[in-house]
Amino acid sequence: MSVDAAELNEKLHRKDIRDRWFLSAPALILIGVASVGPLLIVLLYSFLAPGNYGDVKWAFSTDGWFNVFFSRDIFDDTVSLADAHFTIFWRSIRLALATTVLCLIFGFPTAYFIATRPPQNRSIWLFLITIPFWTNMLIRAFAIQEVIRGEGLINTLLIKLGIIQAPIQMLFTDFAILLGMTYVHLPLMVLPLYASLEKLDFRLIEAAYDLYASRFNVLMKVIVPLVKPGIIAGSILVFIPALSSYVIPRVLGGGKNLMIGNLIELQFGQGRNWPLGAALSVTLVVIVLFAMLYYVRNAGKSGGSAHG
Amino acid sequence: MAKNFSIRRQPGFATLAMFSFFVLYLPIATLVVYAFNSGTSIATWEGFSLRWFQSAWQNQQVIEASIRSLQIASIAAVIATACATLAALATTRTAPYRGLTFKYSMVNMPLLVPEIVTAVALLILFSRIKVWTGYSGLGYLILAHSAFCVPFAYLPIRARLESMDLSLERAAADLYANAFQTFRYVTLPLLWPGILAGLMLAFVISLDDVVITEFVKSGGQDTLPTYMLGQLRRVVTPEMNAISTVFLMLSLAIVTVFFFLSRNPQKDDR
Repeated sequence: MSVDAAELNEKLHRKDIRDRWFLSAPALILIGVASVGPLLIVLLYSFLAPGNYGDVKWAFSTDGWFNVFFSRDIFDDTVSLADAHFTIFWRSIRLALATTVLCLIFGFPTAYFIATRPPQNRSIWLFLITIPFWTNMLIRAFAIQEVIRGEGLINTLLIKLGIIQAPIQMLFTDFAILLGMTYVHLPLMVLPLYASLEKLDFRLIEAAYDLYASRFNVLMKVIVPLVKPGIIAGSILVFIPALSSYVIPRVLGGGKNLMIGNLIELQFGQGRNWPLGAALSVTLVVIVLFAMLYYVRNAGKSGGSAHG
Repeated sequence: MAKNFSIRRQPGFATLAMFSFFVLYLPIATLVVYAFNSGTSIATWEGFSLRWFQSAWQNQQVIEASIRSLQIASIAAVIATACATLAALATTRTAPYRGLTFKYSMVNMPLLVPEIVTAVALLILFSRIKVWTGYSGLGYLILAHSAFCVPFAYLPIRARLESMDLSLERAAADLYANAFQTFRYVTLPLLWPGILAGLMLAFVISLDDVVITEFVKSGGQDTLPTYMLGQLRRVVTPEMNAISTVFLMLSLAIVTVFFFLSRNPQKDDR
């Protein structure tokens, strides 16, 4: 009798698992076909030879990968490092890191401010942070363009105040890209930071003050270590999309100041070198994966203890 | 001194926060204001007028791109939400089982892969299918949008499901409701706000997409964002501001509804 019950239970359990696979099948297939699966094709293409007018020839070749790191002189076949690619990769990483730091500098106080409001007001402040986030990225880039252009708000204001005589060229510079990326990604920093700060136990801060800690020490030695998971989550959430930005450098960098995303696009457009573009894409994914790995390894470890 | 001492205060934080809010809204506000400019400049104010809204409304390309955007977004949002709802049912309220982590990471994968890489990958895949089948309709865009919208639709649905315990469903089953009836009359009505929130999130995400659409679209398949991206290369008139303003208002309306939808369950509980 009891054996039967156990058997029935086991059967029901197996049916439940089977049903759960059926239920998740549509989502898995959809994402497999139109999101994750195609990535494998990119990997495959990075090992093929470029076709004459774009696309590829079906022949194994490591030229795509070779061209990521080296360039071969077309006249005398000498091989040198692909400086242009390194410059663009290095610029992208630098800009993405600078964006992350700027987002942290402005995002942390903002999240702290929201977390210390009375509970009933917090969701309104949060809502104000999320509105720009849900506004089309292109529109936000266009809005930044409008503010910093030669005859834009900032230049006009500075000239009227007599601080400068002639408009400063801000548009189509690295500064414009940095500004745009910080502007666009700030909410991505504030939201996870807020989630951490909201759970902050203010009794610990009180204890720190009781022990004669200064405000600065409380911030650096109590608050920051406690919300470290939020800081890491926010930084990753900003760094990854910032590194692979395409729209912002295109609209605010004016086509001269490329980032990895634009370099990839170039290979599929004018460059007509799909294998190189594919190899560059894989490189970008690998960098992103390392960033993710760093996050996964660090997010679990810290937090909860003030020892950091 | 002691009276004013607050353990929550950090010097300069409120100022920096206010500055952040100011900076977040200043460019958007400028953009909206100049949509109403009567001159042709997006930087010199010449008076109030609605002419640019009129001109956008009469611009055949803008109207066509808008309709296409709305078409793609509504179909993709429905497909993505349906898939996400089923996936959420399959991955919540259960003891861990083999494959759960796999499903979870698959569903969230589109969030992790850089958009430009997905765009390139789909360009490669679809260009090949286009050659094989000769089909070059909106199907590719709808498929691509449906896929990257799934994780966004999944988020609020999963959150809602996790706040529902199984007792009501068990009660229904005890009263001889079959699996379908339990779902139709118990689970679905309770889950509905989450599904609606997911639908709206997916809709906005699809509507906003530039990068993937730019790579996947065939000739003459501009959506509103890719049309705008193309226009930004030329001399920009306040018509762009007018289009942006309307777009902004639409997103704002959807997000506001989403905000109240996803807020309610907490209120019910308390």
